[in-house]
Amino acid sequence: MQNPAKGLRINSAVRESGPVVRVSGEVDLRTSPQMREVLLRVAHKNPKRLIVDLSDVSYMDSSGVGTMVEIKRLVERGGGRLVLAGLQPRVRSVFEVTQLDRFFDIAKDINDATHL
Amino acid sequence: MSALSQQKDLLELELPSDPRFLAEVRRTLRDWSLQHRWTAQQAAKIALAVDEAITNIIRHAYKCDPNNRILLTVRAIRKPSEGVEIRLRDFGQFCNPEQIQGRALEDIRPGGLGVHIIRAMMDFVEYAPAPGGGTLLIMRKFRASKAAKPEVAKNAEPRKRSANQ
Repeated sequence: MQNPAKGLRINSAVRESGPVVRVSGEVDLRTSPQMREVLLRVAHKNPKRLIVDLSDVSYMDSSGVGTMVEIKRLVERGGGRLVLAGLQPRVRSVFEVTQLDRFFDIAKDINDATHL
Repeated sequence: MSALSQQKDLLELELPSDPRFLAEVRRTLRDWSLQHRWTAQQAAKIALAVDEAITNIIRHAYKCDPNNRILLTVRAIRKPSEGVEIRLRDFGQFCNPEQIQGRALEDIRPGGLGVHIIRAMMDFVEYAPAPGGGTLLIMRKFRASKAAKPEVAKNAEPRKRSANQ
């Protein structure tokens, strides 16, 4: 076996507006569990607003989108709000094709996300 | 992952049912598409459809066992219209299209989106039992394609069958 996919880079930080999780890389069936694990950990703390910065995500498939649906449900059950920020056009188009752009709060960037 | 054949208009790959190879398959598909004069946007959509189809094979046909075979054939086509035909062959449990048709988009939950994405990206999608077991998925995309425009999918009723279109 050669050339296995690289993993995602995921960083969490707490800002005034709440937790911000920054994801970098390509999200697919292999890497989405890694993203899910981090987001679940943050979501279980019942944040008022969880921002996921996707500006460095160049690719996302349905497994990544499905993870976001799960996390949004979880955050909302705790009385909070999930905001996705900085989607590149190709990532955004996956949300549009699945009509989930209407379901999510999507901000242009982190700054906008804190005001949504 | 190994190339079984790589001619001018034909690419044949054999890969394990292991998600670690998805990124490499996407890169290979994008490169092949760009070499065959698809735009970067079209190449990304072809790669996305194949990624989703392989993901479905790994999940449904092989139940996430990474030690099985998947055959991928990509061929430039001229008739009935210029485009690309992609065949994905697995040797697992036959994936009945009724079982993997995906959910209604209004039914918002984490899974069942892959089939919608495949149909939005491609112009023709057909699942059939393969001789000797497993599933043969045939997808075609034409250069003069109406597929893959999000606004088209937004206004369309979710398609419930893989139909010859």
